[in-house]
Amino acid sequence: MEFEPKIVGFLCNWCSYAGADLAGVSRIQYPPNIRIVRVMCSGRIDPDFILETLIHGADGVLVMGCHPGDCHYIEGNLHAERKAKMLRNLIAETGLEPERMHLEWVSASEGARFAQLVKEFTDRITKLGPSPISGENPNKVILENLLAAKRTAGDFRLRVIVGRERELVEDKNAYGEKVPQEKLDELLSEAIKTEYTRNRIYNMLEKESLSVRELSKRLDLSTQDVLTNIVVMRKKGMLGVERIEGTTPIYMSLEVR
Amino acid sequence: MTNKVGSVLVVGGGIAGIQASLDMADSGFRVYLLDESPGIGGVMAQLDKTFPTNDCSMCILAPKLVAAGRHPNIHLITNADITGIKGEAGNFDVSVRRRPRYVIREKCTGCGVCAEKCPVEAIDEFNQGLMNRNSIYVKYVQTVPLTFLIDRDKCIGCGTCQEVCRAKAVMYDDKEEDVVLNVGSVVLAPGFEGFDPRLKREYGYGRFTNVVSSTDFERILSASGPYGGMVLRPYDGEVPRRIAFVQCVGSRDSQVGNNYCSAACCMYGMKESIIAKEHAPGVQCTIFFMDIRSYGKDFELYYKRAQDEYNVQFIRSRVASIDEIPGSKNLKVKYVVNEQPKEEEFELVVLSIGMQPPKHAKELAKALDIKLNDNGFCYTKEFSPVETSKPGVFVCGAFEGPKDIPESVSQASGAATKATSIIASERWKLTTTKVYPPEIDVSKQEPRIGVFVCHCGINIGGVVKVPEVVEYAKKLPNVVYAEQNLYTCSQDTQEKIRETIQEHKLNRVIVASCTPRTHEPLFRETVREAGLNIYLFEMANIRDQCSWVHMHEPKEATAKAKDLVRSIVAKASLLNPLPKPVISVTHSGLVIGGGLSGMAAAQDLAEQGFEVDLVEKEKDLGGHLRHIYYTIGPEDPQEKLQSLIKQVSNNKMIHLHLNTKIDNVEGYVGNFKTTLNSNGLKSEVNSGTIIVATGATEYKPTEYFYGINKNVVTQRELEEMMVNGKLQAKTVAMIQCVGSRNESNPNCSRICCTQAIKNSLKIKELSPETEVYILYKDMRTYGFIEEAYREAVSKGVICIRYDDENKINLTQENDQLKLSIWEPTIGLSVPIEPDLLVLSAATVANTDNEETAKMLKVPLTKDGFFLEAHMKLRPVDFATEGVFLCGLAHSPKLIEESLAQASAAASRALTVLSKNALETEGAISNVNEDLCSGCKVCEPLCEYHAIEMKDVDGKKRAHVLEALCKGCGVCGSACPTGAISMLHFTDNQIIAQVRAALKEA
Repeated sequence: MEFEPKIVGFLCNWCSYAGADLAGVSRIQYPPNIRIVRVMCSGRIDPDFILETLIHGADGVLVMGCHPGDCHYIEGNLHAERKAKMLRNLIAETGLEPERMHLEWVSASEGARFAQLVKEFTDRITKLGPSPISGENPNKVILENLLAAKRTAGDFRLRVIVGRERELVEDKNAYGEKVPQEKLDELLSEAIKTEYTRNRIYNMLEKESLSVRELSKRLDLSTQDVLTNIVVMRKKGMLGVERIEGTTPIYMSLEVR
Repeated sequence: MTNKVGSVLVVGGGIAGIQASLDMADSGFRVYLLDESPGIGGVMAQLDKTFPTNDCSMCILAPKLVAAGRHPNIHLITNADITGIKGEAGNFDVSVRRRPRYVIREKCTGCGVCAEKCPVEAIDEFNQGLMNRNSIYVKYVQTVPLTFLIDRDKCIGCGTCQEVCRAKAVMYDDKEEDVVLNVGSVVLAPGFEGFDPRLKREYGYGRFTNVVSSTDFERILSASGPYGGMVLRPYDGEVPRRIAFVQCVGSRDSQVGNNYCSAACCMYGMKESIIAKEHAPGVQCTIFFMDIRSYGKDFELYYKRAQDEYNVQFIRSRVASIDEIPGSKNLKVKYVVNEQPKEEEFELVVLSIGMQPPKHAKELAKALDIKLNDNGFCYTKEFSPVETSKPGVFVCGAFEGPKDIPESVSQASGAATKATSIIASERWKLTTTKVYPPEIDVSKQEPRIGVFVCHCGINIGGVVKVPEVVEYAKKLPNVVYAEQNLYTCSQDTQEKIRETIQEHKLNRVIVASCTPRTHEPLFRETVREAGLNIYLFEMANIRDQCSWVHMHEPKEATAKAKDLVRSIVAKASLLNPLPKPVISVTHSGLVIGGGLSGMAAAQDLAEQGFEVDLVEKEKDLGGHLRHIYYTIGPEDPQEKLQSLIKQVSNNKMIHLHLNTKIDNVEGYVGNFKTTLNSNGLKSEVNSGTIIVATGATEYKPTEYFYGINKNVVTQRELEEMMVNGKLQAKTVAMIQCVGSRNESNPNCSRICCTQAIKNSLKIKELSPETEVYILYKDMRTYGFIEEAYREAVSKGVICIRYDDENKINLTQENDQLKLSIWEPTIGLSVPIEPDLLVLSAATVANTDNEETAKMLKVPLTKDGFFLEAHMKLRPVDFATEGVFLCGLAHSPKLIEESLAQASAAASRALTVLSKNALETEGAISNVNEDLCSGCKVCEPLCEYHAIEMKDVDGKKRAHVLEALCKGCGVCGSACPTGAISMLHFTDNQIIAQVRAALKEA
């Protein structure tokens, strides 16, 4: 049987959902793979929703909002874009194809464009094949990675940076200065990498307690990097030493939040 | 004294009529909204995008259509004409003739099966004849009311539509119907008629297929138009590589009898060329124009973008004629530049057609006994821009004179204030307030979901196996009842739903049918009538997003419908009833600024029975108007000013605060608390709304020896000289755009061209032999002001162009000024030795705007003027609710425009002040204070200033101002600690919906 991808679309009420309705009114046909979830604004879409959707086996996630300038809530769509940017970087870390998540703008009068975009996305995902974590035998590594990514998307630091991006880049920071976009991007991608690694460590230690050396092996990271992260995570109260085996401390994760 | 009636008739359902209706219905009056066509929306519905933001027209219009269509106090009367009026202001009897529709509005569900089966095709007027519709049709798919009608001229009476209509809505023996409406006042908003370009025979419209009108081109550009948004030429469906836009077709043209300027065509011409380039990137657009009149707010920046970013070519010339080239069907455009005849070949020509009075203006004027002006538009006066010659009948929009959308919308709100002012005593007397049963407390109940699956005639049922979906739904968790309906939206099904809720003790209801965008309000109403909170209702869109788009895949479509039902059931299981917070309203207004606009707005509010605090920082009222002694019209501004000051000062409802500044503003819509400071003496005023009318400032020139040579003055100073009899000069030169349209202030100041023409006419009146030169960049005498420009030229005022390349050369010897300017048409440099040089100084934003803006939490434009919520459809609102804007503080404008805007701001304020309490949205953000870390990420993200940080036990915690929250959810999806949930779209609900969509439970 030919592969029929499962696609979830998150659409804003005012433009893209209206565009989807217009495709219907105009009887423009497109593949039936998409399941649409209506939200009031694309800015509502928490990165967590998208990761959750992917973790639950969606082969693709299509986020749609109003064209820049058209947003019913002034700039909600631009916030959606910032989150999508962060998410693309994060998904890239997990080994899942980042193109499984896609953001597009559709206006209320673009029924044909909506149908076209859905068709293109469906084709692209069909070519890409089933999500490695869907089906009977999900790729455990990627699934684990996505679970770490999901935790990462909920990380305080990351959310603060993304949440403040517009303020810092377009308006001013606490010193009355503008933060250059490149600088913020750099900081963000660094934060993504670090927090993602930490969450992988955390998730691993949730299952079993491990040593630095063992973690280093499993995560394909230098022992030094692992240790640096462990130090921070211990300080944050995320990890504790379960026991010491000979000269080797064995770490475990602690309940947080 | 006749009895007053608390209802208003609005004639014309375009954007102006809709806005006026919404304002009046929202402030306590019954409104009849009449349109001669079968649906509301007017010309704006035909547009693709709107300038200067390039917003999609339908995206911003559709919510207003829906709001007007379902407003309990707006009664739509479409396909109808006015036949007469009796009575007087406050109590009119208006006779209306409703043409037969042949479809029963109460029964038609708008499903469209009739049109699909109709064997007769007819020209689709909405799409400018570029495609066909059927003889049973709707004007356009988003139209309101979405009721089909039969084009009796085309219908052959085959009976098919009646046969296929399962709702039994077709009625072939429908008759014309005469009704009499008893109303207190009338608002006219019949719009305009596009100039018929066939009358300019030399341009070949109607003869050459590839010559189209600008309205045709809007449809060509539109994604929902005939070519699906591809820019194609009608002759062969090819993408044109060169498009010419010909401006002033039917405007500024005595040959066709239209001397006036149509005011909006320069901007829409540029817009169409920009959008054409966006749709077909390789295309070269050329605009042939006489003056570019980009005089509105931020319009000049748009003009610059057209040139710099989109590389649109501008040629200053009126096109002489257009010929079709046989074979290629390309077009040869002939024109003259600097006396040299030229021609250029294009593949498509777009004629920017002007605005004319509506087709039936004369009949309407006769039926309503109102005067028209010389151009056939509605007659109004400068100081009463929305009043017709007949008391109690008001006007707005393009019928008052050519204008763009924001001007129409402002005027519409302005007319709403005036129309309801005379019947203010009747507020809330004819409106309906529905009484609902007490809400059933479902909080301790397990979810009991009822699912209603709609066949929508054959629209859904013809593709999706509805009975299968019903059976499937019955087995889903928490579903206790499911059924199918032929039309779930029909009246009898509403009754059925209510009964079922009671019988089966349903506490969640799902309808699987069409789109919540149009039908959710109806079903919410139904469940509310059965005692359920409206937020316990959800919809699955199995028509627009399923059966209609997978017509050839019934199996997949049925599977998808099941998935959609399953996922919405999962969400519904988690739905919570939400209260709609109610906030009290202080029934008085605050107006900041005591110039013309501020006084007019205050007076409007007072006349409607509300107290007003009017704050002016100077010691006198009057602002800018104190320096205006005459206008282009016949009225005396000083006399008007004095009478207004007197009215305002004597009005007991208005509390004047002169020499007073604003120190601080707290609170939100309905409940503002403002600290006033009068020379150190502080006081507090409470108000439900705030109107900003702080005016603007005349630019003090640093150019052209101003302040150095005593013979250099500004227009305002010239006016004072003339009034005081001090004008001696034999030669006067005026320079336009001083301090505007330059690098430091790229925008146009809009009023200075009119000012220059006004003053030059005055000079000619006082001393006809005085020579007057106006050196200008583009003469921006838009609308009817064009006629004054013509008059000035005919009286010998010499207008010479200059620009940044062809600069004015000015020197002085002793005190004698000498200037020279290159005159391109004669090819010579013209020397002028003026005794008086008059600078048309820009109007710039007040320097203290920033301070005021910060206090009110409202934004400014780059050049420091206040920035409204939406440039097109919310021209006097701010994104911050309860705060409104008018006059020069918004942008430079003329007296009549300021007055219309002042009344508009008052109208918007009245929609708040007239209510005892405001019911706000229930689906809003909600903060869990235990989880909130006080990080403040959310606060600046909120565009509506609906989040403030509050002290809770010594810690900062985010707090949602329920009255201001719009429910977008941006804060919730950014909150670093998960403390903010977006009610009705909570994380849990969305994730449950997604999970269920992906997997069977």
